[in-house]
Amino acid sequence: MSEAILKVTGLSKSFDGVRALSDLSCDLCRGEILGLIGPNGAGKTTLFNVVTGFIAPEGGKVSLKSTDITGLAPHRLANRGIARTFQDLRLIRQLSALDNALLSFRDQPGERLGNVFFRARRGREHERQNRQEAIRLLEDAGIAEKADDPAEDLSYGQQKLLSLVCCLAARAEVVLLDEPVAGIAPEMKEKILGMIRDLRDNGKSVVLIEHDLDAVMQTCDRVVFMDAGAKVSEGTPQEVRNDPKVIEAYID
Amino acid sequence: MEYLLHILILIGIYVILSVSLNLIAGHTGLLSIAHAAFYGVGGYVAALMALKFNSPFLVNIVCAIVLSGLLGALVGIPSLRIRDDYFVIATFAFQVIAFSVLNNWVSFTGGPMGLPGIPQPTIFGLQVSSQLGFLVLVGVFCALTLWVIHRIVRSPFGRVLKAIREDEVFAQAAGKNVAAYKVLVFVIGAGMAAVAGVMYAHYISFIDPTSFTVMESIFILSIVIIGGAGSLWGPVVGAVVLVVLPELLRFVGLPSSVAANVRQIIYGGLLVAFMMWRPRGFLGEYAFQGKEARE
Ligand SMILES: Nc1ncnc2c1ncn2[C@@H]1O[C@H](COP(=O)(O)OP(=O)(O)OP(=O)(O)O)[C@@H](O)[C@H]1O
Ligand SMILES: [Mg+2]
Repeated sequence: MSEAILKVTGLSKSFDGVRALSDLSCDLCRGEILGLIGPNGAGKTTLFNVVTGFIAPEGGKVSLKSTDITGLAPHRLANRGIARTFQDLRLIRQLSALDNALLSFRDQPGERLGNVFFRARRGREHERQNRQEAIRLLEDAGIAEKADDPAEDLSYGQQKLLSLVCCLAARAEVVLLDEPVAGIAPEMKEKILGMIRDLRDNGKSVVLIEHDLDAVMQTCDRVVFMDAGAKVSEGTPQEVRNDPKVIEAYID
Repeated sequence: MEYLLHILILIGIYVILSVSLNLIAGHTGLLSIAHAAFYGVGGYVAALMALKFNSPFLVNIVCAIVLSGLLGALVGIPSLRIRDDYFVIATFAFQVIAFSVLNNWVSFTGGPMGLPGIPQPTIFGLQVSSQLGFLVLVGVFCALTLWVIHRIVRSPFGRVLKAIREDEVFAQAAGKNVAAYKVLVFVIGAGMAAVAGVMYAHYISFIDPTSFTVMESIFILSIVIIGGAGSLWGPVVGAVVLVVLPELLRFVGLPSSVAANVRQIIYGGLLVAFMMWRPRGFLGEYAFQGKEARE
């Protein structure tokens, strides 16, 4: 197995006595799609929130490429190469789809105040390149004709595609996807799963939270099953699917 | 003619004030009622420097911008920890403190008596003494303010501000240092409000704390809301409307004691009417409502 790019060790976090994460340890290997499954309230989203800095863990450690990143601010983590989507689909609804994608590029010279006035050329040149890239990404996702529409006017599926495009624009090495195909029509689902596989084939490392087990089985290289904040089972999709503990949890 | 020029100069001053507050409140979504405090800081810095050191106008402006900008950072910092309604209260507190300092530090600010006799400004050896001269001066600074704001909001920097206004979590996840942007926006907005204060002090040649009260802050905010938050020209329209409207009362022939009250009623009524029926103002793209209400 190749080295771990993202590693969490002994994470715990509780909300008013509810243990959302309890001594959770887990690795994400370079270039794999890791499926993260488990019942509602298992702590999957909480794990994402801790890794991306939105929630501070009560104990444990997160490291990215062997550097301790526990407790860094969300924007710093984002700039270190972690991109994510949100279960409740966050986009800037009033801005165009294209602007949403453009916002997601990291380290833009035009976003620094000084460059707005003094080195405007450089900012504009960068912006032009990003724009081309963003349009290409929207085309690949099949939503280019919606580029100038406000994000809120896109269909639910298109919005999910757009949030994936935002992760691509981030050029992040680690991509965390929280239920990217939940509530999506079948052909759109195939499209999204295909894009996720492309991500991996381009050397990115992906964590995929998903309740749709078929989607997980056909997409993931490895699967972690968690329940009550702890890891219950881990292995290939087949292994996890056949694990009695997992079967038991799903029958409950 | 004199009267017309006077109104135009006032409009210019309020355009600077409302356009700069719009950057903070309209574009970035940080509702603030501390703008009159920055306006006052500008006015007092200019007045004190001109009176005590007889320093040139442009030096006064630079000092006013710097000091007000620093205070702007100070007011912006609570926005990193407290949000929405509570933040408005924090800005209110700052406004009240600023007013009491101006009102009570008698040895320095003249207290309620104010500072009379502020000299007319001299720019590159040219004394601005006529009203027309003042109008040109205010017009130049108005244009400059609008240009700066235009550049900011049309840039990727401005795009980040909108993202912060609409969804901070998204902005953070996209790698934007939300805290730094918020503070920066306050520094810019406060600096610009100070410019308006400098203009006002030199133009009227007398200032006292009553020009920089909470009511004044709310008046500036009303201009932004009625004109249209988050649009470039909205506050310009708002400034024209809200400055001109009460002047019309004079022509109706109301005695001045009644007119002052009617004026407040008009402002209040307009604000309520707009909030209810046209929350985006004349030209706005953003309505101040709870996040839930917009979703
Ligand atoms: N911000 C929060 N405040 C309070 N409790 C929270 C918060 N976030 C999560 N929880 C609680 O922590 C537990 C784990 O929630 P989490 O969202 O991580 O689950 P999940 O595995 O993502 O579930 P789902 O599949 O329903 O999305 C739940 O009991 C939830 O109610
Ligand atoms: Mg979840």
